[in-house]
Amino acid sequence: MALGRQPVPHSAPETRALLKRPTWETGLWSWLTTVDHKRLGILYFVTTFAFFILGSLEAAVIRVQLAAPNQQLVTPDFYNQLFTVHGVTMVFLAIMPLGTAFANYFVPLQIGARDLAFPRLNAFGYWAYLAGGLIFYSSFLLGGAPDAGWFAYAPMTMTEYNPGQGIDFYMVGLLISGIGTLVTAMNLIVTIVNMRAPGMSMMRMPLFPWMMLVTAFLVIFAFPPLTIALFEVIMDRSFGTLFFNPEGGGLPILWQHLFWIFGHPEVYIVILPAFGIISEVIPTFSRKPLFGYPMVVLAGIFIGFMGFAVWSHHMFTTGMGPMANSIFAITSFVIAIPTGVKIFNWMATMWAGRIWFTTAMLFATAFLVTFTMGGITGIMVAVPPFDAQAQDSYFVVAHFHYVMGGGALLSFFAGIYYWFPKMTGRMLSERIGKWVFALVVGGFHLVFFPQHFLGLLGMPRRIQTYDTGLGWDFYNLLSSIGAGVLGLGVMLFIFSLLRDMRSGKEAGDDPWDGRTLEWSISSPPPHHDFGDLPIVTDRDPVWLAKHPELIEKRDELSESSDGAPEAPNAADDEDELVHIPGQSWFPFLASVGLFVGGMAAVYHNWFLGALSVGFITLCVYAWAFEGVGGHYLRVRPNERRSTGLASIRPLSEMAGKGQS
Amino acid sequence: MSSLIPGHTTHTEHRSTPLSDRKLLMWIFLASDCMFFAALIGTYLVYNGRSLVGPYPTDILDIPLTTVSTFVLLMSSFLMVLALHAIRMNDIPKFRLWTLGVAFFGSIFLGFQVYEFSHFIYEGLTLQQNLFGSTFFTLTGTHGVHVTIGVLWLLSLLIISYVRPMTSQDALSVEIAGLYWHFVDIVWIVIFTAVYLVEFI
Repeated sequence: MALGRQPVPHSAPETRALLKRPTWETGLWSWLTTVDHKRLGILYFVTTFAFFILGSLEAAVIRVQLAAPNQQLVTPDFYNQLFTVHGVTMVFLAIMPLGTAFANYFVPLQIGARDLAFPRLNAFGYWAYLAGGLIFYSSFLLGGAPDAGWFAYAPMTMTEYNPGQGIDFYMVGLLISGIGTLVTAMNLIVTIVNMRAPGMSMMRMPLFPWMMLVTAFLVIFAFPPLTIALFEVIMDRSFGTLFFNPEGGGLPILWQHLFWIFGHPEVYIVILPAFGIISEVIPTFSRKPLFGYPMVVLAGIFIGFMGFAVWSHHMFTTGMGPMANSIFAITSFVIAIPTGVKIFNWMATMWAGRIWFTTAMLFATAFLVTFTMGGITGIMVAVPPFDAQAQDSYFVVAHFHYVMGGGALLSFFAGIYYWFPKMTGRMLSERIGKWVFALVVGGFHLVFFPQHFLGLLGMPRRIQTYDTGLGWDFYNLLSSIGAGVLGLGVMLFIFSLLRDMRSGKEAGDDPWDGRTLEWSISSPPPHHDFGDLPIVTDRDPVWLAKHPELIEKRDELSESSDGAPEAPNAADDEDELVHIPGQSWFPFLASVGLFVGGMAAVYHNWFLGALSVGFITLCVYAWAFEGVGGHYLRVRPNERRSTGLASIRPLSEMAGKGQS
Repeated sequence: MSSLIPGHTTHTEHRSTPLSDRKLLMWIFLASDCMFFAALIGTYLVYNGRSLVGPYPTDILDIPLTTVSTFVLLMSSFLMVLALHAIRMNDIPKFRLWTLGVAFFGSIFLGFQVYEFSHFIYEGLTLQQNLFGSTFFTLTGTHGVHVTIGVLWLLSLLIISYVRPMTSQDALSVEIAGLYWHFVDIVWIVIFTAVYLVEFI
């Protein structure tokens, strides 16, 4: 391993494989065996979207049930399952992996890499996430979903109080999807640290990969405590250990600590990719470089760091004492500072910019307002005396929906409108987009803004129904109407997606006059992404190639101080040989093993469990011994020159040619 | 970068740092694994002294016995260093010898653990008996699984060295296995201190 270029062998090395190496390019089998980051990104998008729809349907039932007092549409038991599954779905199976979907597709493109560092591990990450999600959701069909809330507080999860299988599905499902999340995060770190294009120093990297790097570090440090906590509950329920059993001296409060040591960083795992997307969308459509780039990066790192120092603010009312409450209140306030830095930097980027209000930009602007509102209620509940009042009320529900929905989800809408042309080569309808924007943002505020009042009026969360005359009727009705509006917006969005995927307007390579490397290649990108690796000398390389007159105005930190980077590409008149990693069965098969083993653990069938472990071990060995494989793609010199950063000419030059 | 496993002559492509991808991945995995053990050791320490019934740690822990097994495990790390040095020097017979030694010492440690577990169960300490049993077996059992995986990994390397010729080109694969092995040892030092030694201060 060395910097720069090394000789490339002309054919892939021989491998010894247990199964014949798959080479399908289309059809079901090609999707099961793919290791291409773009196809896996699409799988993530489709899967997270399916889970998002399921989570939304559960929310819809909840809102219909609560629309008027004293309704009995669903039983209290089923209602418990609904809000539990809704929470878990949205946090673990929809919003968080949606960030991974964007990362899978766009981190390599933005840093000028041809794939993630470990393509097969990437595939395994996806399949393990799906296996966990399927185990979790199969509980609905197999005798009842978990019903102890998305944070599953002990001792509600102990066999004595919850004898059904639901909690087992929760524990095992999250544990297995967590494995997928962990390996993908590790993969992303290696990719971002090691596979940036020549000349792309860390301080020239776009914000989205930067925020994904911070997110991935949060994942690798935050998921282990959750995994251990889940494992301990599984031990309690399967083998009668005493971890969270008060009768044996166990402390249920320990679950809360372990869960929130994971749970608070999880909030930033969800929101930092969103910050990254916003930091891409706002500069592009403000026609200005990101204001205060280093501060935005550092603020993101600081948020990630502080994310581990605030977990107990979820536990102010558990009696930790005034000292612990004070400390965690102060650390929670501190985290508002870097968040504020980011908000102000985005506003300063828009300030005096020539703003182009596309749908993506509209969503980004709505994000700024909505997320700030969620942040302000966050400061309120970080005050322990206020929290004692608001705890477990609809005020908290309103707060975290403003952060998760108004923060993460609106920015993901922005990201989809921004990047859909790159992924499909077609534009999403802007006319429908404006309607989607109005319905989604309007509906969102109509659902959740009244919930602040409901909380302050004393409505507790997680109640199946309520009596009339408490002053809650009007706000609940308003909230339920909002849910209908929001649902309409989402349906219109799905219609637009399905229609424009095939028949949308042709997008071209660069419909937004983009700044970053993904806009220098074709839409959709070719399998190998980059023929020539781009050589990056600036922070917004594609912009500067198109507008060289801006070079004088660029930030001095992004200037090249180390001369021209070494070119890793073939000589101009030679073919470039691009390595395409081979497809593989084993990431998929290993995840099938995880699924079967997980089901065995749910049903305490230890024989089947042992078989699964054996099967997974076999897959791991076969995976290791089959090697990377694949083949070398020959890119001709003229193909190399027709796309990529080096092919981009200054716009002024193009215009001059047009006139003469 | 070359690799031990056939067909692993991976990317000859550009990298931003001189670190190999695989070594970086191992370091990041170990960082994450630290948190796994931190959560388990944290659970153990929180519950230390909270068991409602015996046997308690001081009744049952055998410091001299575990000191011996700890010593064996630490010496295996020394052999791991020798094995890596041998493969770097292209000295395959020595590499085989030391690698076998590491796996052997690891197996001795596991043997001690199996003895310790069965002895404790005989003395009445089970997973279900008290909090000490629940936390002790879960923590040391997880560590034992780590050691087992390490032994299997090293034996796999050893077998590969007979299946196809190995050279100093393969040192990276040995180094990565070594990183894992040293980490598992270091974690044991923490566990030995937190679980065994602290009880007798």
